[in-house]
Amino acid sequence: MTQPIKFYQTGTFTVGNRLLPPEQRSVQSSIARDNSLNSGHRACQGCGEALGARYAVDAAMRATHGRLIAANATGCLEVFSTPYPESSWQLPWLHSLFGNAAAVGSGIAAALRVKALKAGQAQSDIRVIAQGGDGGTTDIGFGCLSGMFERNDDVLYICYDNEGYMNTGVQRSSATPPAARTATTMPLGPEPGAEFGKGKDLPLIAMAHEIPYVATATVADLRDLEAKVEKAMSLHGARYLHVFVPCPLGWGSASCDTIKLARLARETGLFPVYEAEDGQVTDVTTIRRRVPVEEYLRPQKRFAHLFGDPGRPDLIALIQAGADRNIERFGLLGPQTSEDAS
Amino acid sequence: MKRQMEGSRAVAEAVALCRPDVICAYPISPQTHIVEGLGELVKSGELSPCEFLNVESEFAAMSVAIGSSATGGRTYTATASQGLLFMVEAVYNASGLGLPIVMTVANRAIGAPINIWNDHSDSMSQRDCGWIQLFAESNQEALDLHIQAFRLAEEMSMPVMVCMDGFILTHAYEQVDMPDQAQVDAFLPPYEPRQVLDPDDPVSIGAMVGPEAFMEVRYLAHAKQLMALERIPDIAAEFEQIFGRNAGGLVRSYRVEDAETIVVALGSVVGTLQEVVDTMRDQGEKIGLLSIRAFRPFPLAEVRAALGGAKRVVVLEKSFSVGLGGVVSTDVRLALSGIQLHGYTVVAGLGGRAITQDSLLRVLGEATEDTLEPLTFLDLDWDIVNRHLAREAETRRSGPIAENLLRDLGVVGAKVY
Repeated sequence: MTQPIKFYQTGTFTVGNRLLPPEQRSVQSSIARDNSLNSGHRACQGCGEALGARYAVDAAMRATHGRLIAANATGCLEVFSTPYPESSWQLPWLHSLFGNAAAVGSGIAAALRVKALKAGQAQSDIRVIAQGGDGGTTDIGFGCLSGMFERNDDVLYICYDNEGYMNTGVQRSSATPPAARTATTMPLGPEPGAEFGKGKDLPLIAMAHEIPYVATATVADLRDLEAKVEKAMSLHGARYLHVFVPCPLGWGSASCDTIKLARLARETGLFPVYEAEDGQVTDVTTIRRRVPVEEYLRPQKRFAHLFGDPGRPDLIALIQAGADRNIERFGLLGPQTSEDAS
Repeated sequence: MKRQMEGSRAVAEAVALCRPDVICAYPISPQTHIVEGLGELVKSGELSPCEFLNVESEFAAMSVAIGSSATGGRTYTATASQGLLFMVEAVYNASGLGLPIVMTVANRAIGAPINIWNDHSDSMSQRDCGWIQLFAESNQEALDLHIQAFRLAEEMSMPVMVCMDGFILTHAYEQVDMPDQAQVDAFLPPYEPRQVLDPDDPVSIGAMVGPEAFMEVRYLAHAKQLMALERIPDIAAEFEQIFGRNAGGLVRSYRVEDAETIVVALGSVVGTLQEVVDTMRDQGEKIGLLSIRAFRPFPLAEVRAALGGAKRVVVLEKSFSVGLGGVVSTDVRLALSGIQLHGYTVVAGLGGRAITQDSLLRVLGEATEDTLEPLTFLDLDWDIVNRHLAREAETRRSGPIAENLLRDLGVVGAKVY
């Protein structure tokens, strides 16, 4: 039997698929899932990106009845999935370069449109996703991504954000958070790790393009991720999905903590989870209590220099202030609780 | 139908006759009129169905082309100069993936100093990128080469660059014979891709290849270019049958029989050289001309056959390898390896410097007397060069080079005193 459940319960892992009506069950729970990113690839144990990609692409496959083409940026996802002559991809997949996945997606969509017109259809039944890591999205691929947005090309771009250049050996990207240790932001000097006041927020930049759909998600809330992919695929035009994917290798975290860290990133407010349509926020995933950022930072070796003796409580306070700003800005504590939150 | 029209417009209409599915472009002089023309043809519905994408950079233009071509779309773009350099990473990627994109390069100099005028530095910088490179002597040939380029690219599954001199051809109004749609359709079958992104038959394209197969993938690109060496003359012959015109091919020689001196060149300067050869022939000089129409693949055997009997070869080129000399010359010398003759390189026309018949008569006269320097810069202003060298010897803070030279020439006031 099935019973109505509250959506937040799905994130608590207390509600199994068997309690949900079939249409709410996760794509992965079905034997009919596509396994678009098949097993046997070479991602690290606990890789958030592999998990996110598996859920996102399978959800897109279900939404399009398997009529899907993917363009992939250079990066971990490309390298671990396609060492010649093997490929984990069970859908048509094209890797061109590091910085051009969005433009390649635009080209695929353009060719599909002409093919459809030649076949007497108004639009193609085949849809397009482009995907990359944060470096391929927020840095080197940013120009192509912005161009794809402003032309409103019919592409869903998915960024798997693990906050650094992990494939090349954990260097800083413009998505690396302040104070994080990377190979190019070492924990040295008066401001150890990545500097405060730098970096960019790509979902907000995407919203500024007023594209039909922008959403953020984490690998801690996989049904939410699937639902957002399905929503995105129900729309046409440029769409952007920013998925928070912890990286055990780059973050110095335990492989078994990937889901936990993704959940803490949301619950601390460090990574706000929301949806926006045509440049306006339409939905925010609220948090039930304000989790102190220490809980998120402490399990990660990239923040180890903030703890210990004497530690850097001043920097932790700055990070907390950033989380608090997100909570205010997006109303993460919900409308009724935000006033008495602080 | 014979029409008086601008070179760029002629190319735009020829490309439209090839029924491209996707055209993507970023504007750069002197390529602009070509893509403006195509944009107009798409917007008016004359070229339909076709997607015309105004992209945000040349890197995006080539990337869109890659996506489109891999999806089975006939794909065209055009660029020049800095634009070609800006897309280089994707240019290599397109050929590495074996995607039959056709691109016009409206040949233009590369800065700094920024210069919008014609030379061949841009496409020559991409001679090793795996694209076929065809050079047009005239607007008619530019038009014809584009039609051949799609045929060649799609047959070989490799991209083709059609190089035409910026401004000299792109902006020149000349009479051209514009073919009709039925002729082009008869010559150019619909695109049947070797590899395509298709949900009914999913493939991964662009996998990482390690040392175990990388050499082989690269060699296959070379093997295909060698095949193209055979197909280019065949395609030109078929073209001539349908369209009644000779265009394309690997090389074209002019009055080389019994020639002791042969000039080698590419592009529009061939027309000027032809007249110079006629003049010198009238004066009794045994001189001929070899036009290289396919620069990649480089027709080593044809060049050797054409030049092997001469006493001297003068390569006149609009490109320059700083620190060495000629670019085309190096390839020509490879074609002539083991043959003893006098070889000269004349670097000419860089950044749009006019190549006049008088200057050509002078340097070719010196060549026939074997008094020419092995590496000569046509009409180089030694005065301002030497003045600048002296200035640098005299003072450490000698200032920006280009601005100093312009001030010496009295062209502009580069500094306010």
